[in-house]
This record gives sequence, C-alpha cells and structure tokens, in this order.
Amino acid sequence: MSLDEYTRREFKQVGTRVRRPDGVDKVTGRAMYGADATAPGMLTGRILRCPHAHARIKSIDVSAALALKGVKAVITGDDFAVPEDDFIRDVQENCMARGKALYDGHAVAAVAATDAAAAKAALKAIKIDYEVLPHVTDVDEAMKPGAPVVQAGRVQENVPKGYSENVTAHFEFGHGDMEAGFAKADKIIERSFKTAATHQGYIEPHACLASVTSDGKADLWCCTQGQFYVRTLCSSIMGMEASQLRVTASEIGGGFGGKTTVFIEPVALMLSKKAGRPVKIVMSRDEVFRATGPTVSSSSDVKIGMTKDGRITAGEATLRYQGGAFPCGTTEFGCSAAFAAYDLEAVRTYGWSVLTNRPKEAAYRAPGAPMAVYAVESVVDELCLELGLDPLETRLKNAARKGTKSSYGPTFPDIGLVATLEAAKAHPHYKAPLKPGQGRGLSCGFWFNFGGNTCVSLNVNTDGTVGITEGNPDIGGSRASISLMAAEELGIPYERIRTIVADTSSLGYNDVTDGSRVTFAVGLATIKAARDAIKKMSARAAKIWGIDPEAVEWKDGAAVPAGPNAGKFPPMSLAEIAAVSAETGGPIAGHYEVNADGAGVSFGVHLCDVEVDRETGATKVLRYTVFQDAGKAVHPDYVEGQMQGGAVQGIGWALNEEYIYGPDGRLQNPTFLDYRVPVASDLPMIETVILEIPNPGHPYGVRGVGETGIVPPLAALSNAVSHATGVRMTELPMSPPRVLKAIGGT
Amino acid sequence: MTKLHVSTTINGDPFEFLCAPDETLLDVLRNRLGLTGAKEGCGTGDCGACSVTVNGRLVCSCLVLGAEAEGAEVTTIEGMADGDELHPLQRHFIDGAALQCGVCTPGILVAAKALLEKNPDPSDEELRYWLAGNLCRCTGYDKIIRAVQAAAAEMRGA
Repeated sequence: MSLDEYTRREFKQVGTRVRRPDGVDKVTGRAMYGADATAPGMLTGRILRCPHAHARIKSIDVSAALALKGVKAVITGDDFAVPEDDFIRDVQENCMARGKALYDGHAVAAVAATDAAAAKAALKAIKIDYEVLPHVTDVDEAMKPGAPVVQAGRVQENVPKGYSENVTAHFEFGHGDMEAGFAKADKIIERSFKTAATHQGYIEPHACLASVTSDGKADLWCCTQGQFYVRTLCSSIMGMEASQLRVTASEIGGGFGGKTTVFIEPVALMLSKKAGRPVKIVMSRDEVFRATGPTVSSSSDVKIGMTKDGRITAGEATLRYQGGAFPCGTTEFGCSAAFAAYDLEAVRTYGWSVLTNRPKEAAYRAPGAPMAVYAVESVVDELCLELGLDPLETRLKNAARKGTKSSYGPTFPDIGLVATLEAAKAHPHYKAPLKPGQGRGLSCGFWFNFGGNTCVSLNVNTDGTVGITEGNPDIGGSRASISLMAAEELGIPYERIRTIVADTSSLGYNDVTDGSRVTFAVGLATIKAARDAIKKMSARAAKIWGIDPEAVEWKDGAAVPAGPNAGKFPPMSLAEIAAVSAETGGPIAGHYEVNADGAGVSFGVHLCDVEVDRETGATKVLRYTVFQDAGKAVHPDYVEGQMQGGAVQGIGWALNEEYIYGPDGRLQNPTFLDYRVPVASDLPMIETVILEIPNPGHPYGVRGVGETGIVPPLAALSNAVSHATGVRMTELPMSPPRVLKAIGGT
Repeated sequence: MTKLHVSTTINGDPFEFLCAPDETLLDVLRNRLGLTGAKEGCGTGDCGACSVTVNGRLVCSCLVLGAEAEGAEVTTIEGMADGDELHPLQRHFIDGAALQCGVCTPGILVAAKALLEKNPDPSDEELRYWLAGNLCRCTGYDKIIRAVQAAAAEMRGA
C-alpha cells in the first residue's frame, strides 16, 4: 500500500483548535501586506486606464508627462516585447493594452514618479487619441453573428459555424441515451437562468513593490496566491531567467482566486527597469473593480426529467459564460460540476466560452461551478415542488456515491454526499417550523479539489524544534494546519514548530494557493517530509546504538528499538538526536516533492430560511446551516471559517452583488458603496456541521474545504425566495428591485 | 503645494509631521509615520479597514485630513495592546479564529473597542449594526461576532 493512502489512526494534535502562529502579528497591525513594504529611493507607480468599453489606440503622446518634475519613467504597451505564447500574451495584454483597449479600465500607460501627486499629474499629461469602437458586454448578445468582435482569430476548431467570432470554445460532457431518459420521465421542466458577474471582493487591493537592477536581477514583493506562478508569468513577460527574479509573497489580504494571476506586477517591473529605481504600485478600489478578475456572467438552459417517485431520468444543461475580453478558462469547470451531485443514466452538459468587452475573468472560489449548480438545483427544486416530493429525500434518492460514474467522466471513490445529506435531514433546522411569508431552500454543492506541484522542506533544529519551509501563501490559517500535521507525524508539540512561506529562491516550485489544494497537497508533502526526517533521525539513533537502521522505530516523538531483538536502548527523543547531530553526520532535514494526485472531491449541502419584504423586495436571511465533508478537519476553526465565508460570499452573489454596465459599456458601480457585499447586519450566525468521510488519497484523509461552500448558496437562496414568494426566481442577484418586479410589485 | 505643520498625539505619544492640505490622515499614518496597521481597502469610507479614533470618535482615517489631527488624540491598532499584553479583543480574535486573511482585522478591532467603550454589553444586533461599516470578506462575520462578545463578557468581568 502506498504511503499516500489513508490509514485510520487516533489523532493527538490534528483536529485541535490551536492558536495560529501569525495571529499576534495580525491583531497588532504588524503583519506586512502588499502595500506595507518600502524600499530606499522608491518611486510611486500609477496606471492610466481606458475610459471606453472598446477603442483603438491611434496614438499615445507621453512627452508632456515625461517633462514634468519628479517623473522618472513612462511606459506603454509598446515597451513590452510581444510574447510568442498565446496565453502569456493574453496575460501581458491584460496588464497593458497594445493597439486596442478591450474594456473600460484596461491599462494603457503607466508612470513612475517621486510621489503620488507627481504621478497623478503625469497621468493627466499623457495624451491618447482613441477611436471608439462598438462594444458588447452581454453574453447572449456577444454570441450573435454580427456582434462587435472583441478579438478576432481566437476561435477553437470545435466551435460550430453560425456564431460570432466572440464564441471561442465549445465543450460537451456526459453519457447515456438522452432521448430514452427523457421518455421515461413523468415530468420534465426546462428553464433558462441568468447570473451577473461578481467580484471576489478581497479587502486588500492588489499591491506590489518591484526593484530591477542594472545587472539584470530583480526582486518583487507582492500580495499573491502564488509567488512561483508570478515568477513564471513575470519572467516570461520581461524576458528574464527565472533564477534572476525573486518573488516574495507578502501577507495576503484575501484572494479567493482573484490573486492567482498578475495585473500590476509586470508594469511595476518595467517601470523599475526603465527608471532604475524601486517602484511601488497600489491599486485603488476603482481599479480593482474595473480591471481585475470578476467572475463570468452566465446565461443557461437546464432541462431535467423526473419520475413521480423522484428518480431523475435525464439531465441536460447548456451553459454560456462570458469571461471578458480574453478566452475564458472556467466554462469547462461549470460543465463538469453542473450535475456532479447526481447518479444519472443520461446526462449532458454543453458549454460555450464567449468574449465580451469586460475585464478578463479570474478564478473565484470554485470557478465556474456556482452558476451551473444554481441552474440545476433550481430545476430539481421545482420538480420536487411540482411532484410533491421532499427535496432532501429526492436528492438522497439520486445522490452520487462510491462507484457512481460522474457526469464529467471519472468514477467516484469514497465520497461524502450521502452522509452530508443525511446530516442535513437529521438536523433540527430541516424540521423547524416556518411562519407565513418565509421560505426554506436547500442545495447541494461540489468542487473537484486540486492537488498539484508541491515542495516542502522540514528542518530539525539542534534545540529540538522544527522549521518548515513551504511555498504557498497563508490565506486563512494554513501555517497552523501545516504545523499541526508535522507535529502529529513527528510526535512533538505544535508550539515547537514554525512554518514559514518561502520566496521563490528558497524552495522548489509550488503551484498557486488555489482549488482548495493547500491543506491537502502541502499537508501531504509535509507529512512525507516529516517521514523523511524520521527515517534520517532513526538512522542516527541506529548509528549511536550500533544497530541496523531497519531495527529502529519512531514512536511518540522518539526513536525506539523495534522489538526485543533489536537491543535494549532507552528511547532517544527528537531533541536528543538533534542535539548530537553534528557528531552523527551533520544537520537533519526532511524533504518531499510531489505533483500530488488524489485530492478527493468535496460535497456540501446548505439549508437556509428567508423572509421577503413584499413592499421593498428585500430578502432577510433568517437562518443558515452549512453541512460539508472535510475528509478530516485538521483545524476545525478554520474549516468552519471556510464554510462560513464561502456561504456568505454566495449569499452576496445570490442577493445583491453584480457588475452593472450602462449602455456605454462602462462599469457603473466600481465602489463598495454601489457594489454591495454582505455586511455584518445583513446576516445571521452561520451554523456549521463538519462531516469527516476520509479522502482515500491523503494519509490523514484530508479533503480541501475552501471552494465548495460558495457553490450551494445561489440555489439555496433562490429556492428559499421562490418558496417565500410563490414565484420561481431565475435571475441573480435577487436584488430588491428584481424581486419586486418578479412578485408584481412596483 | 505648501505643506502644513501638524502636532498631534498618537497612541499617547507626541508626533509632528508635515503634510499637504489634501492629504488624508490614513496616508499620513501609513506613508509618513510608518504606522501601516491601518489599511486602505477602498479610500471612500465604505470598508472600514482604516478605522482609527480621533478624540475618542471612531472614524475612517481615509475620510479625515492629516491636518485635522492638529492637537488631537489619535489611537490606532498599534496602540491597542499594552506593551506585550494583548487587549482582550485581540486575544479573543486569536483564540476564536475570528480572522482569516487578517487585513480587515485592525479596523474591526478598533471599531469593536470603540463600541465596548460606549456600550460594554451590546446585543448581537447592536454589534452587527455597529460593525456594518467594517467589511470582512473571509469569515462571514460569525466568529467575529462571537469573539467580540467573548471579549466584552471578559471585560465586564462576567
């Protein structure tokens, strides 16, 4: 049996609610985030952004800006070489337009000056001659032949004829005989849905500090979910060798997928190179909304057939996602996730990726899944209502389980959906009485979970403490979880371990903190690095004892002879072995490198109760409970935190958040005042129930928990509002004016 | 632009600085005085990450001018702990996992402390409305509300 595989064990430290190691820094204001760093001689960088939805840049005159006092560098898209690779070129052009500005807020030039006032004056002095072009921001409009073409020549071969060139990709997943499936149904419902684009809404705007020296070396400090990936993108765009660019991840003030790429980093590097001084760029909130990753907006059709007793006979979904001005990466995820919760004989999903004059879509917590699952779970709910079936029982009857061939291909190993549904059914919330005018909704949710490239070093210090070097920014307590897993494996107290997040020069490549991969993959690598160190420590003990290394075992933090035949020696603790390491062969360190597989999918079920004010159309969330499979909750507080945070982001998406575009194609609400994320007074407590169905692919059974929580709220809220009002809701967000209109108010 | 000379008190210590007439208190704290605990999340008074108190009043420092600090008593997150002893709110935020990324935490702690000084025993609803100007995108507020209530109970000696 491979060591990766789950083995049942009694945990001593994993599962406890220890204090996070970065806690004191973060409650005292000492923690250093993206905008908090300075460098000697630092300049202020600012970016000029296009005020049009779509415009040809006929000319840019920077001479007046360069002539201003304090201005040290001005750059435009022409300062960057054109990358050969399509994807890198998209990333670069999204950071700064070349020839054509593709959306309101697209960067067109940048300056570096001695202070913010000088930089602002320089932006004003740049003269740009635009030819304003026709634009399109709606996904359905953008697909029609004759729609303004955002970018030509990006259409993949499998896209059928008859669509606009904005349709860049088409996907199809599924299995079974659809016609036969629908023929078996007693009831078929077909509905169309729309969801608005939302923003990740991290409180910390993007910020970075770049320093390029004349000998071709560079340092970059930035808030990112993946310093190694930033290095890959920036070194490609700048034409640098990776070894010469050191990227250090600051503490990160939220990301949710939105900090998995670069926006300002190549601009700061180019300004620094040109000015010969360090350059810091900090985005304003307006820039964050207009130019960084919102989600896709979607338009979809779902058709599901069901028998009278609640068996789904066939399910079909067509998902149309616009991902902004560049080819969209999340349509495939949406298609795969749409029906993942169900064991179906006949299922098909069709996906369309569409270009529009909007900012380039970036990952947002379970990218692509929430809007797909929203549409499917809304139709399942309506079928239950029409057929007089219990929505939970019906989901249990159709639930994917071990051995189910999933709607997107793979056959599921041990998964937690049935247990999660059973927990929801047994919970008092499901049976609690509702008052007139109130409604209860539920929805399943799913995320694949990622593994990926991971590298961990574990250093045994001579005083018996341990340092762990890992490469994934800590976005919500991961240093604590990683230390806990190392403590468990080594058998030493959590407090004796310190985990740090390394810069790109200090460790091998690590994939981005995304896809709920860190506790799974970095945890796996940490456990294996600890086992590597244990093997080395056991060998040192064997050397001291003069016995065979195979005759030594590791137990409760110490090397012990393996059985009576190995010899009689008292246990030698980690601290004792470490103290004499200089005499037994030198420093002791464990390492592990892996492209981790077996992440283990995660399912969740959300229950919510709402009340709708029929005069204002406002929805109040009265009660909310999240049930989710964590595999093994390493630090339950932070697992609950992920479940609660994901649920509330989903509540915002369902009820209020949306990108609003005017007829001119400009974003009308790029502020937190007008783009309304949930605030404390909008919400009840978010109850949580953690299920632990071990992931067979992790030594401790861990599954990622970050993403799944944002998937169910959209349909859970929509179903609840539909029940409260008696009107089926099919468009998000269910903002007060939209709800009023739907229920026939004014 | 001619700069103004400002004398003020921050976290009990005297400070002097020069600032432009249109420079915010937040920029002064962060860029001139090295007090980067207050964060700029929006610059428009919508997120509360830059919360400080001026003469005991809770404000968004991005909406206050540096010049307004003349002769005032300013407190920031850097002044919340007493030396190496954390304020009960700070302690309960760590113990109750009331932070994930932590970037809104300084503002929320400053705001919560200002509430407890006025009302040592707020209801959950009073607390939620008081903190409605402090956005947190990570936690869903649940553990924040619980941590503030736990600290309030401790401070009341309950």
